[in-house]
Amino acid sequence: MLTTPLNDEHVSLGATFTDFGGWNMPVRYGSDLDEHHAVRNSAGLFDISHMGELHVVGAEATKFLDSILVSDISKLSIGQAKYTIICAKDGGIIDDLIVYKMDPEDYLIVANASNRHAVLVAMQDMADYGFKVDIFDETEDWALVAIQGPKAKDILGKLVDTDLTELKYYSIAKANLAGVPVLLARTGYTGEDGFEIYIPVLESASIWRKLLATGGKDLLPCGLAARDTLRLEAGMPLYGHELNRTLTPFEANLGRIVAFDKGEFNSKTELLKVSGQKLETKLFGLKGEGKRAARADYEIFLPGGETSIGKITSGVLSPTLGYPIAMAYLKADLDLTPGSKLEADVRGTRVPYEIVKLPFYKAER
Amino acid sequence: MANPENLQYTKEHEWVLVDGDVATVGITQYAADALGEIVYVDLPKPGSSTSYMKICGEIESTKSVGELYAPMDGEVIESNSALGNAPEAINQDPYGAGWLIKIKYTQLPELLTAAEYGQLTGE
Repeated sequence: MLTTPLNDEHVSLGATFTDFGGWNMPVRYGSDLDEHHAVRNSAGLFDISHMGELHVVGAEATKFLDSILVSDISKLSIGQAKYTIICAKDGGIIDDLIVYKMDPEDYLIVANASNRHAVLVAMQDMADYGFKVDIFDETEDWALVAIQGPKAKDILGKLVDTDLTELKYYSIAKANLAGVPVLLARTGYTGEDGFEIYIPVLESASIWRKLLATGGKDLLPCGLAARDTLRLEAGMPLYGHELNRTLTPFEANLGRIVAFDKGEFNSKTELLKVSGQKLETKLFGLKGEGKRAARADYEIFLPGGETSIGKITSGVLSPTLGYPIAMAYLKADLDLTPGSKLEADVRGTRVPYEIVKLPFYKAER
Repeated sequence: MANPENLQYTKEHEWVLVDGDVATVGITQYAADALGEIVYVDLPKPGSSTSYMKICGEIESTKSVGELYAPMDGEVIESNSALGNAPEAINQDPYGAGWLIKIKYTQLPELLTAAEYGQLTGE
């Protein structure tokens, strides 16, 4: 199993670990609910060094990325980030990604840990058509740390030489953090304001410690358990749950990020077809009652119905909201709208759920 | 995390405190830690009967669902209603405030000692 450059830090903080995408990752340090609430009310610090960093450079880097990603990469300005998707030729989702434009011919692409190799292979196959581009897997050259929450900006601001107010949401810049050159991105996976910091491996442990020392009681180290409940409340998809190789962006409510007007790209023909026909299933947000949460893979029914209309992909008792929330793929032809009543089969018992708009939780900005 | 010597244990990570014909049942620190933060418990109601190693309740954490296996045949005479509002007591004090149910048992099965249970969990 792979370990991140911060593994020793997690061990000394008493973390519980799990295998995630082939990486030994902290699930929680103490209470995952405390960690969750820290991010909503104060700030949390995550080691997300398992994420894949792919560096795409070359004279045709932009043209290359436009040929394989669904978004219009040519419209990005330097320092801008974009949430996008890489599809296979058949329209199926290989991964969801963040693309950062660092320089005119230089992009940093962040992939999910479990999909890093699939993304790399798909890109290499496309590059073999003769694009003037080089692709480097730099995953193990970087530590990636996320500081998230309403106090993240103030804590980080004490250690960097740049004015964080200037760094807009979904942008990236070079900065010095406690004297170490890093990349700072105003991105995250929690639904709160926050930053993702790309740190050279050798300096990462000292920066992790400096961040925790600077944050003091306002900053808790947070594990993957809190990361998952936070992203779910924010309605953000997780590959392997809401996204997979058999779905297109349209089922996942991500059709808006497909730029059909940008010219040719690998999955355009298939995605155009999907966009023009009725979907069989679609991703919905669901809200339950009480405290008993329906989990991933539980079946959903119309009230009293005998035939399943779909399955939950992620479900939890929302720590912030206090009631069960879930995302589910449900039949698309049932006129389901916010307020529509449903039932979930929770281990043999039917419990009431209803459709709600996503996200479940939105931070005040 | 030492398992109290005065308790007996099951392979399903429950502890049992026998007092006369009543047994108090909870889950071990090991089980509570493995589940993660407990957010909901579904316990059998007083008056319901239990059968040895049959599922009689559920314990849910943010990440997973654990099943409660009845450690003996008998009748539930009390369940810990304080856990409805404060299920975290199971994490914080599994051998005290985090107790789950009291069973008036008809037959006591063979249970594990603290040392035997410790071997099971690799201590």
